[in-house]
Amino acid sequence: MLNVEGLTLAVTDPDTGQETEILRGNSFSLGQGEALGLVGESGSGKSMTLKCILGIEPPGSKVGGSIELGGTDLLAASGEQLRKVRANELALIAQNPHGALNPVLHVERFLIEGMADARGIPKAEAKARAAGLLRQVGITDTERVLRSYPHQLSGGLLQRVVIAGAISGEPRLLLADEPTTALDVTTQAEVVAILDEKRREHGLSMIFVSHDLDLAAAICDRLAVMKDGAILEIGTPEEIRDRPKTDYTRALMAARPLLHPEGRAPVLPNGTETDV
Amino acid sequence: MLYVLKRIIALALVLLVSSFIVFSGMYLAPGSPEQFLVQGRTVTPEVLEVIRAQYGLDDPFLVRYWNWLVDVLHGDFGRSLVTQQDVSTLVESRLPTTLFLATYAAILIVFAGVGLGVLAATRSGAFEKIVVFGSNLGFAVPTFFAALVLMAVFGSNLGWFPVSGSGEGFTDRIWHLTLPAIALAFPAIAVVARITRTAVREEQGSEHVVMAIARGVPKRIVLGRHTLRNSMLPVTTVLGTNIAGLLASAFVIEYAFTLDGIGSLLVNSVQKKDFAVVQAIALIMVLAFGLINLIVDLLYAVIDPRVRLAREVSA
Amino acid sequence: MSRQTSMEPPVNTVGQDTVSVQAVRRQRLEGPVSGWNRMRRRLGTLGLVCVGVLAVVVLTTIFAPLIAPYDPYAGSVVDRHLPPSPEHWFGTDQSGRDIFSRIIWGARTSLIGPTVVVLVAAAAAVTLALTAVWFGGRVDAFIGRILDILFAFPNMLLAILAVAIFGPSLLTASIALAIGFTPYSARVIRSVALRERNLPYVASAQLQGISGFLITVRHILPNVRTQIFTGMTINFGYAMIDLAALSFLGLGVQPPTPDWGLMVSNGQASLLQGYWEQSVFAGLAIVITVAALGYVGEQLGGRRAAGRTR
Repeated sequence: MLNVEGLTLAVTDPDTGQETEILRGNSFSLGQGEALGLVGESGSGKSMTLKCILGIEPPGSKVGGSIELGGTDLLAASGEQLRKVRANELALIAQNPHGALNPVLHVERFLIEGMADARGIPKAEAKARAAGLLRQVGITDTERVLRSYPHQLSGGLLQRVVIAGAISGEPRLLLADEPTTALDVTTQAEVVAILDEKRREHGLSMIFVSHDLDLAAAICDRLAVMKDGAILEIGTPEEIRDRPKTDYTRALMAARPLLHPEGRAPVLPNGTETDV
Repeated sequence: MLYVLKRIIALALVLLVSSFIVFSGMYLAPGSPEQFLVQGRTVTPEVLEVIRAQYGLDDPFLVRYWNWLVDVLHGDFGRSLVTQQDVSTLVESRLPTTLFLATYAAILIVFAGVGLGVLAATRSGAFEKIVVFGSNLGFAVPTFFAALVLMAVFGSNLGWFPVSGSGEGFTDRIWHLTLPAIALAFPAIAVVARITRTAVREEQGSEHVVMAIARGVPKRIVLGRHTLRNSMLPVTTVLGTNIAGLLASAFVIEYAFTLDGIGSLLVNSVQKKDFAVVQAIALIMVLAFGLINLIVDLLYAVIDPRVRLAREVSA
Repeated sequence: MSRQTSMEPPVNTVGQDTVSVQAVRRQRLEGPVSGWNRMRRRLGTLGLVCVGVLAVVVLTTIFAPLIAPYDPYAGSVVDRHLPPSPEHWFGTDQSGRDIFSRIIWGARTSLIGPTVVVLVAAAAAVTLALTAVWFGGRVDAFIGRILDILFAFPNMLLAILAVAIFGPSLLTASIALAIGFTPYSARVIRSVALRERNLPYVASAQLQGISGFLITVRHILPNVRTQIFTGMTINFGYAMIDLAALSFLGLGVQPPTPDWGLMVSNGQASLLQGYWEQSVFAGLAIVITVAALGYVGEQLGGRRAAGRTR
């Protein structure tokens, strides 16, 4: 469904005119309903990969290669085509939910906007659906939440709102950019569980960007290990764990903190056990 | 609401203290108050008696202040020390010109300043560079210098606009006050344009704007609802201080264009050492300054829910 | 297929990832940066040009007698309104005085006033802010009220009131303006100093019995340096414009002393008759000096500058 071939990204520093290569010809593909984890240290180019797919790479950057989503070449798409793809087929879940919502607008406007302004659903219908969306992500006092401003809600709650906004567009592909990093530990598990549940329920594909190898392994079908803008290897979590192809992956595995030897029980899909 | 009430009470207190400063300022002057008020003019004993009575010079200091304050609160600022005219009437006759000029300039600042800033941020390239450079230079142009240049070019040389007088009736006033308003607004337009451009640019890169783009919200809506709306928060503050500042810089422009506003009246009264008029105008300016600042603060709370909610909690 | 975003319309700031990568790389390439180099980088080319302009202005004030080709007070009516020429670079004014020489001498009066303003304002602001921060509580609240009252007066109004009471003079106007500028700087300095005051090392110094005055001077004061100097740079430009305006109104520097603001005013009648030299050259002197200062201040101190009430 998604085919990325030889994706490169180069950013020019506006002050010095110096060009920096951020992505170095990466290729990967994603089938319908599949979840791919992009893991690596910060600065390895994980988030930038997502930005390229969405077409929101930083100004002054050059994207090369090809990104094909359901037969459409996103890099060749016109502005309006790209906008329609973003509205109907892609959904971003950003790292910091407090940054993702306009601070001066009610939560309700955020949900309505995604449906009405982006996808052309009549405003009244979008408004009617808003509360239902929140209930889908486990929010019960929907009236209060809808009438709140983002800064009045906790990060975990707000990230659920963002997830509700993401599924409201009935997209094909979820792009989750470290969706729990900015949250406090107690809500991280909840948010991941909801994200994972919704994804499976709606049969969505997902690219899950994380620096947390265990977390990614727990909810993704395949993992891609990134370093310095290049994908080092792609494989199932088991392959990566048991037969790492590079020293870097091995080092990454060894560097995990083993605080919970039993694994992250609450977030595990389908009740499977992973021996970490 | 409680917050608004608190702010109004605070303003009233500040005005009270300011009135005391404006009243007692003359006692700081060297020599006796009598000498200060008369300033070497030859006056008849009757006039001197009127002045003594007006300032209650035979009463104790605090009684004098109290009586003066009560009069002022009743709109009675006494009589001019030079012409014996009633100060309130004099000031009242001059107010329309100043209000017209300041409003005109404020409108220019809002539209030209914000407009140029927004255009520069959204329409990059040469235009943006020109605006940035112009605003860096423009804020340094003293209003009186801008006034003279405009006068020379559009007044004397091209003859499009009059170089003095404030005109009669609405359209004539606009025609007379166009050059003064541009000169008055000029440095503020530069400042506002610069801040607006920076604010819009910052907002363009903000997470929620990028998120809106990533969600496929049409460009026009992203610009209006997210980028521009939010960038107006810092701009409001700057607009407020600059518009409040207009009152005080208006007297330089009124003087340069010989307009009959309270600003030129203030300057002339200082030159003629007519302290009764100076006091009245100073008080009016402090009042107007305080009111504008209050309105801006309240406006800010209206447009930014974070500020509003924080204040409701603290009030 | 490729997509190229143009340099200009930013969709996003450079993502966090890249910024850190670039910063690390840059540091690795260039090594640690010295204070002077950091300052030069912050200033940029235009900033360095501005510093050059300011240096020329300062040198002019010092060496005015050596540079000025003519006596700024002397002139004959025969020579009035001469256009710019090799003898008189900027022409002559309505009294036949050499405008170039008057601008050079005028730099002195035009810079002395603002210097007084920024020094007095900085001293007052630092004293008030640090006293408020150190004693806190009621002292802080009381100083806060004083600043509130000062905020109520537009700066130019304070200056005009002072002139009305004490008579027109540069010194009177400068001190009054300084009082008007004080609350703006005091507020900024107070907030930074307060942050410093609450750091643990201050408490431990207090436990060791070091006096509050010493801690304030040795530790807190150095930490508000940037705010003080930025404030001074910005105030200087505004003070220059305000004082020039007062001279323009006849309430500041008195004729025949050469002063830029006064020269703009003196040239008004001539300007309307077509003799533009005096007003325009004097006005440009103000614009260039203030713009250069503003730019340097902004580059060095961040863009806190502009939104300021006159």
